[in-house]
Amino acid sequence: MRRTFGFHGGIHPPQNKQQSLRTPIADAGIPPELILPLSQPIGAPASPVVTVGEHVRKGQLIATARDFVSVPVHASTSGTIHAIEERLVAHPSGYPAPCIVIATDGRDEWVEHSGTADYEALEQAELIQMIRDAGIAGMGGAGFPSAVKLSVTPDTPIATLIINGAECEPYITADDVLMRERAAQLIEGVKILRQLLAPTETLIGVEDNKPQSIAALRAAAQGTGIDVVAIPTRYPSGGENQLIESLTGKQVPSGELPSRIGVICQNIGTAVAIFDAVVQGRPLLSRVTTVTGDSVREPQNFRVLIGTPMRYLLEKAGYQAESNNRLIVGGPLMGFTVPDAGVPIVKTTNCLLVPTAAELPTPPPAQACIRCGVCAEVCPASLLPQQLFWFAQGKEFEKLEDHNLFDCIECGACAYVCPSRIPLVQYYRSSMAEIRQLRRDQEQAMASRLRFEAHQQRLERTEAEKEARRSARKQAAAQRVPAAENQSEADPIQAAIARANARKAAQRADVATTSALNTLERAIVTTDTRLATATAKLDEAKARGSDLVEALQAGVEKTRAKLAAAQRALHDYQQSQRAEPANPAPHDATQAVLAKATAARALEAALSPADKARADLATLQQRLRQTQDSLARSRREGDAEKVIVALEASVVRLSEKISATQQYLNTLKET
Amino acid sequence: MALLRISSPHAYGPLSTQHIMQKVLLATVPGILVLTHFFGFGTLVNIAWASIVALACEALALRLRQRPLGFYLKDCSALVTAFLLGIALPPYAPWWLIAVGVASAILLAKHVYGGLGYNPFNPAMAGYVILLISFPLQMTAWAPPRGVVHELPGLLDALQACFLPATYDGVTMATPLDVLRQNNGLLVEDLWRQNPQFGRWAGLGWEWANIAFLAGGLWLLQQRIFTWHAPVAMLASLSLLAALSYDGGSSASGGSPLFHLLSGATMFGAFFIVTDPVTSAVSSKGRLIYGALIGVLVYVIRVRGNYPDAVAFAVLIMNFAAPLIDYYTQPRTYGHSGKRGDP
Repeated sequence: MRRTFGFHGGIHPPQNKQQSLRTPIADAGIPPELILPLSQPIGAPASPVVTVGEHVRKGQLIATARDFVSVPVHASTSGTIHAIEERLVAHPSGYPAPCIVIATDGRDEWVEHSGTADYEALEQAELIQMIRDAGIAGMGGAGFPSAVKLSVTPDTPIATLIINGAECEPYITADDVLMRERAAQLIEGVKILRQLLAPTETLIGVEDNKPQSIAALRAAAQGTGIDVVAIPTRYPSGGENQLIESLTGKQVPSGELPSRIGVICQNIGTAVAIFDAVVQGRPLLSRVTTVTGDSVREPQNFRVLIGTPMRYLLEKAGYQAESNNRLIVGGPLMGFTVPDAGVPIVKTTNCLLVPTAAELPTPPPAQACIRCGVCAEVCPASLLPQQLFWFAQGKEFEKLEDHNLFDCIECGACAYVCPSRIPLVQYYRSSMAEIRQLRRDQEQAMASRLRFEAHQQRLERTEAEKEARRSARKQAAAQRVPAAENQSEADPIQAAIARANARKAAQRADVATTSALNTLERAIVTTDTRLATATAKLDEAKARGSDLVEALQAGVEKTRAKLAAAQRALHDYQQSQRAEPANPAPHDATQAVLAKATAARALEAALSPADKARADLATLQQRLRQTQDSLARSRREGDAEKVIVALEASVVRLSEKISATQQYLNTLKET
Repeated sequence: MALLRISSPHAYGPLSTQHIMQKVLLATVPGILVLTHFFGFGTLVNIAWASIVALACEALALRLRQRPLGFYLKDCSALVTAFLLGIALPPYAPWWLIAVGVASAILLAKHVYGGLGYNPFNPAMAGYVILLISFPLQMTAWAPPRGVVHELPGLLDALQACFLPATYDGVTMATPLDVLRQNNGLLVEDLWRQNPQFGRWAGLGWEWANIAFLAGGLWLLQQRIFTWHAPVAMLASLSLLAALSYDGGSSASGGSPLFHLLSGATMFGAFFIVTDPVTSAVSSKGRLIYGALIGVLVYVIRVRGNYPDAVAFAVLIMNFAAPLIDYYTQPRTYGHSGKRGDP
């Protein structure tokens, strides 16, 4: 007989387990509709790989795991995908979550599947992959993906594998019946777990109020080295930390996983599911759920397909909705209520408790705390519940954390014994939520502060760079002038600089002649873009009612003026360019222009005013285009500033002319 | 029926504040019967009148604080205060003395601090001490027990003593504790021989009253109304100090351990006052310290102090210290290595 160590506190509430133990596990059958949530309690939701209307078979993968801490979803029976939509799920929040809805066909046709009884020949990685692919999540409490729990390599090697068969909460008997009826497969599942983890000892902890289960397991575990340990019946002996302390005498350090002290806990249901997955090749498609409480005529355990709506299951047990005051998922101490019986059974749903108002009455109003200290006596985490309650009322969050609020496992023992009926766990939950929210807010504030600081630094850096460039240019300009002036008496270095400058100037002049037009055109394009941006910004500021409107307005005006100047420059330049080839005597460009203009005017005189204006407009527009092109080109090719300015100016002038001509045309049309 | 949405837990245990208070009231019965047997109807009249005043004060305070009357009166805490104070006051006390004591207890010691659960001092003891300091004459006038006088006052005499104190001519007598404290010449042996009220061990009537309160307290302990820590620690430290300084019965002797255990308000204090959850330390370790220090103070005040009994002062002084004791005796949380706050 192995020694047990016990744990602090605990309570002995009425068991209420007998009523659901009168019959063996019944098959709940196939409901007309299955609702399969894509997310498990923990981890990222799975991604659907089926479409609405598609026919699926039993065991077919319908959503794949998206990341490491995530489990795939399988069709629990054959049927058609009816919808992929948000449905209410069994979650304390009562919020809907994305689900795949299957309209079942009742044929229960399997996909191809096969397992191996010879699992000892399999590699560790293969086994873990099988468990992952079967979608197995912890079936006791939090629903943590089993493959993740099994594949994490802990700092310390696993010394103890504990299978949690305590099932300490009143009313629930799902693990009990599983241990009684499937002891052999359960032990096989435990052997697979043992193969994966290679612990020095493997223990199955069962509360001593389940003698039948203990006997069945001991018989099945004969000669395997698996130790079935009876632990005293005391809620919450099945809490992971409490069971570990009971069986090993060691405590899991606060905030750490049991693997830290070389222990891994798995649930009874999980072990059986692992057997099914490895030996029979079946994914996790069903589970055993206790349906109990005075509002069902026949409390019993069902083997139920994952996704079955609770109402279907309740009706199988003879549900009397009119006498039921709340639907509890889980037991009376840690279970949560759901607003509607239409929510589906998921992998962690071990019990549906439907009490009458007489059975679990609504709690009376809380009286004052008389500091009787019974809560501290029963607290399995050795907290001071009445002290925490005091701080929670005063929202003293630092004190709460200092008194280890976050070590609370929300078992409800304190509230159960409280003579003043204070809903202590509610206070703790709400305080924990508030503290978590505060922490999140703090993190966010920190992040935005860092972002702001980075932004400020970036601005300063750009400003400094700009300033440096500006002063460099100024220096260069200042050097050029004296260099040119004092060439004769300058020292050799100065002379060299002057020569270099001269060379550069010459080059610039060369480039200017070839690509002045480009420069001018480019100036226009850039200014135009800038104008567009500035206008957009102005509009936005106006829309937001920002106080920057005036400054932006001024900027837009300035940019517009610059654009006009650029266009004018381009225009001038083009005119001069055009004049040159037209006249064989390039030195008399003015004469040529004049001659051309006179000729053109003579031609115009023959036309109607409107026609003339239109012709003008066309010419002007063409010229503007040319000027803009050449301006763009000069900009692109980095022509001298003077050229660009000239081109810009001509572009502006051309645009003005165009608008004037257009106005003239309009007036002509109107008259 | 629409499904309720309530957060867990959904089940509640059988314990309720009202039941706790009722059991405490019930546990005082043997002690009251013994007191009545030895000292007459004075204690019963005390308790009856104190209860009426207590309920009236409680109702007044609740009305002023705009709290529902029925809900709070039902918790029986005012009755407990009345019973405890009624027992502690000398039998045949005048009505106004009791009324002042109860009003101080309920209004000043309890409701001024926020009512049940928020009072730092034990209300009954606070009321008692206020009376002791304000009216020392009336508070030290204790009736002689059966066996010393031939005829005890009847019920009518008791009522007359209470409500028409001016017309009542009662007999009073120093309590054994008083006699022992003021003794400076006689051997303990002679003291016992000369004073009939010393009884067999610790005072005629007193020893049986203490045994009756012990019985009531043990029943409460068996009912798990409180834990053993504070009363056992108090009785242990009191006995230990008495044993250490008892020299076998010289004139300077402080009294034997048995004398201290069975005289005055020792058992009443240990099981009905020290165990008051509201004003005591909370953790088991804290209650051990709290109880032990009360025992020490009781002995010191009894032997060296100026007042006839010491339980009330000792309890009030330790009420001050309870939060400090709580602070230094917090239990180690599961999974934490050292003190609170450490990982």
